[in-house]
Amino acid sequence: MKDERPPTLWTRREVQTRSAWALLGASLVAATGAFVRLLFPRVRADPPTKVVLGRPDEFAVGEVSERFKRSHRLILVREAKGFYALRSVCTHLGCVPAWSSAQEKFKCPCHGSGFHRDGVNFEGPAPRPLERLAIALDAQHNLVVDTAVVLRNERGDWSRPEAFLAWPREGRP
Amino acid sequence: MSEEAPPGLVKEVVRSALRVENVDTPRNRVLAVAHTVWLHLHPTKVPRHAVRFSFTWGAGGISFLLFLVTLVTGVALMFVYRPTPEHAWLDMKRLDFDVPFGMLNRNMHRWAAHAMVIVVWVHLLRVFLTGSYKAPRQFNWVVGVGLLTLTMLLSFTGYLLPWDQLSMWAVTVGTNMAGAAPVVGHEGPFAAPGLTDGNDLRALLLGGPTVGGAALLRFYILHCIALPLALGLGCILHFWRVRRDGGISGPKGGA
Repeated sequence: MKDERPPTLWTRREVQTRSAWALLGASLVAATGAFVRLLFPRVRADPPTKVVLGRPDEFAVGEVSERFKRSHRLILVREAKGFYALRSVCTHLGCVPAWSSAQEKFKCPCHGSGFHRDGVNFEGPAPRPLERLAIALDAQHNLVVDTAVVLRNERGDWSRPEAFLAWPREGRP
Repeated sequence: MSEEAPPGLVKEVVRSALRVENVDTPRNRVLAVAHTVWLHLHPTKVPRHAVRFSFTWGAGGISFLLFLVTLVTGVALMFVYRPTPEHAWLDMKRLDFDVPFGMLNRNMHRWAAHAMVIVVWVHLLRVFLTGSYKAPRQFNWVVGVGLLTLTMLLSFTGYLLPWDQLSMWAVTVGTNMAGAAPVVGHEGPFAAPGLTDGNDLRALLLGGPTVGGAALLRFYILHCIALPLALGLGCILHFWRVRRDGGISGPKGGA
């Protein structure tokens, strides 16, 4: 008996075979996607960003304090007119520049970048100044640095109020 | 052989293992070598020039030997080493000062790895100088460059595992370079839109903001599983192509 039905695009067997392969392929794509997503965690256990450094009179005028370098990777500088905080992360490839009081500069041990006391780069491969961190006084008159607020000189951030804490204040001892 | 065993059992066991009739004829001797799993990659005939050390420098074979040394000693080290910030450095010191033969294993692993990086470069240099990358061996040159890259990545990932200051800062520098890579690094040129320090190649390698426990674990898995597997598969392809492309190349006009 002759088959009067119009020819189909795919036979039943082709439909089933291709569905099976498509399902397998989709599962592999989904599994790969899930694995890639797994490598980017949703929650990062970063330490708190607000760091209490102590009272302003604990630091002498002209002091470059590396007291918080190991724990928070920041350096506190006191000048005649006030405080600023530098991130002790070299802007070249991320090592820790160390303050040399003899040479009056920050020197990075990895590739020899040098920075002035204010954080501006002047030698070696570092392409831009050290970053500063937002500094303020809290209600108990302690110095507080927020390591989440990064201030870059080349973007003009250093002229923002949180880049420098004037001390002593007007009309105060 | 005990009297209870059925006759021919030993013969059957031997035959099932060797797959060749255990009759000592010249043909069976050749087959026994040609059909052995360890030697099936080895050509049945080696041309005279291919064993001339001054032509090959033996660099490819030495590279593979060094890979095997790092493989065996590396597995031994895995029985002692725990890839966590609390244990890694201590386990490395335990290997050096406490575990019997620990220092021998660790130093064999370390020196074989250093030598492998050097010898793989020497192998590439020799293949370049003798023009062995030319047709029909172009594809195998490309495979070889891939193997070189894997060798370097193995060297880089292994560098972090001792978890000392040198490791920390070397990998800090290395991953910051990944963060400055074109397209896939958030600080690099042509950085893909939407890329931040939390989702670029550097973040993928580190699994966190800095080199920490997550980075150690990721480098450990890359070093001990992913990269050796890729290198092993690449070696199979590389050696197979050497035979398919007509064996080790020789000087023009034969040796």
